[in-house]
Amino acid sequence: MNITEKILAKASGKRSVRSGEIVDANVDMLMVHDLTGPLAVEAFKRIGLEKIWDSQRAVVILDHQVPAESVKAAELHKMMRRFAKEQNIRLYDVGKGGICHQVMPEKGHVLPGTVIVGADSHTCTYGAFGAFATGIGSTEAAAVFATGKIWLKVPEAIKIEVSGHFQKYVTPKDFILHIIGNIGVDGAIYKSIEFTGPTIREMSMAGRMTLCNMTVEMGAKNGIVEPDQTTFKFLEGRTSKALGPNAILKSDADASYEKIIDVDVTGLGSQVACPSSVDNVKPASELSHVGLDQAFIGSCTNGRIEDLRLAADILRGRKVKEGVRTLVIPASKETYSQALREGLIEIFTDADALVCGSTCGPCLGGHIGLLAPGETCVSTSNRNFIGRMGSTEANVYLASPATVAASAITGRITAPEELEAYKT
Amino acid sequence: MKVAGTAIKFGDNVDTDVILPGKYLVLIDPKELAKHALEGLDKEFPEKAKKGVIVVGGKNFGCGSSREQAPLALKYSGVKCVLAESFARIFFRNAINIGLPVIECTGISTATDDGDNIEVDFETGEVQNVSKGKKFHVPGLPPFIVEILGDGGLIENLRKKLNKK
Repeated sequence: MNITEKILAKASGKRSVRSGEIVDANVDMLMVHDLTGPLAVEAFKRIGLEKIWDSQRAVVILDHQVPAESVKAAELHKMMRRFAKEQNIRLYDVGKGGICHQVMPEKGHVLPGTVIVGADSHTCTYGAFGAFATGIGSTEAAAVFATGKIWLKVPEAIKIEVSGHFQKYVTPKDFILHIIGNIGVDGAIYKSIEFTGPTIREMSMAGRMTLCNMTVEMGAKNGIVEPDQTTFKFLEGRTSKALGPNAILKSDADASYEKIIDVDVTGLGSQVACPSSVDNVKPASELSHVGLDQAFIGSCTNGRIEDLRLAADILRGRKVKEGVRTLVIPASKETYSQALREGLIEIFTDADALVCGSTCGPCLGGHIGLLAPGETCVSTSNRNFIGRMGSTEANVYLASPATVAASAITGRITAPEELEAYKT
Repeated sequence: MKVAGTAIKFGDNVDTDVILPGKYLVLIDPKELAKHALEGLDKEFPEKAKKGVIVVGGKNFGCGSSREQAPLALKYSGVKCVLAESFARIFFRNAINIGLPVIECTGISTATDDGDNIEVDFETGEVQNVSKGKKFHVPGLPPFIVEILGDGGLIENLRKKLNKK
């Protein structure tokens, strides 16, 4: 079995499972946020049960519309606070957490070998830690609140073996955009994507999270990386649970895969997904004609400290181009504090970028930094659909933190490696 | 269980941001959500859907976010069923869980034009484009999914099961 099959077999009390089989899995952790939680709470109340199955296994995170940008949002937050209190569920309120997919691992809610479901499509991010994690809807979350179980079809798996070293300023984001460009936005529907190979073993948790985060953009059910010392080191001090190598956490040598894809990243340059599909991927160097109105560095895809360091490295001592409003949003309170300690926040403000508090904000066009008709934004987030960041007549280009920082300086899409030639 | 209606056709990769833009996610009343159904592609859609329609999509219908507000908006705008070449998995589950029938039907998007009369029989798995005289046979959904749809959604199904215990 591969690692995904092993986790699902264990969670459903079976010795083994095969792809295509439907299992009833026990859920180790459920997450809902301020935009999916309220419908889940309403649905849970309709079931007629007083208490959820296990208050220690659920988490509520307010992150999408925080701080409340409207009375409606404030009402939803109030509803979620009340529910968390009634049910004795851990709540990460405004100022205490940040973007759910950053907070969950930071606070030790994501453990290797577990089954995690979240009412958010980017829940697949946690596969970076060797968990089976997938997004669900609100009604399904209500059913998990009630029963602690979920039916799942064991997915077929695609293995992506990665080798080679990234060039300077080329990042895991460029790699995953390159992969999505090849596989297509529907190329992995219902499937599991397992990342492996020497490049993955050398990759930081931040990079692995970016890869797993974007597997849903190919339609995948989950993305996953076998846990190793890098994983256990990240989790040290974040959980009281015993951690370490375990047979469940490794795919067998004879595990079956629908497809194995070998990729060498050595020659890869900076990549950009053009409007309005994540698989419309082109080299950044071919897009220098695209002028910008906004640049955004943040989101559950690329708002981590490693991303901010990279962007700050490029922005240090420079100014963003007049007319390109630049937003920087650290993914969590922990990320924000670390960026403060390292002096990154000052680099951003000196560059005339605006640093905001942790929120999903502009990524989903919820609040902060929406786009007007005809405007163009380059963003480190994960989706460039029509209307995603505001007007349906705006354009969104997706790129790495390095490309977004370089582009903010020049005012047009710029591969970071070409910035040296640009005179400010 | 059968439904019939006129087709409104869309292309491949209809995402949940165009089905229900993020700025409306603070709305939780399904009737309010319905006013913005598919706004990203056709602002007139809620008006057209009122009479009861069948949405026909291409590949990967409902891709993107896990927002259940997307299928809710479709259901309450008057969509009786969504037929597509393939669905994104979270949208597929969400639609069933809220009692909106969704069926994968290979070939339906190329065989259908806007305004065609479509009939779907969930029991026999027969999908018919009456206007074009074309019939499709689709594999049936697993029995437990048919049961969820028959009960009107996952919550009603769960209530029934819990009451039996």
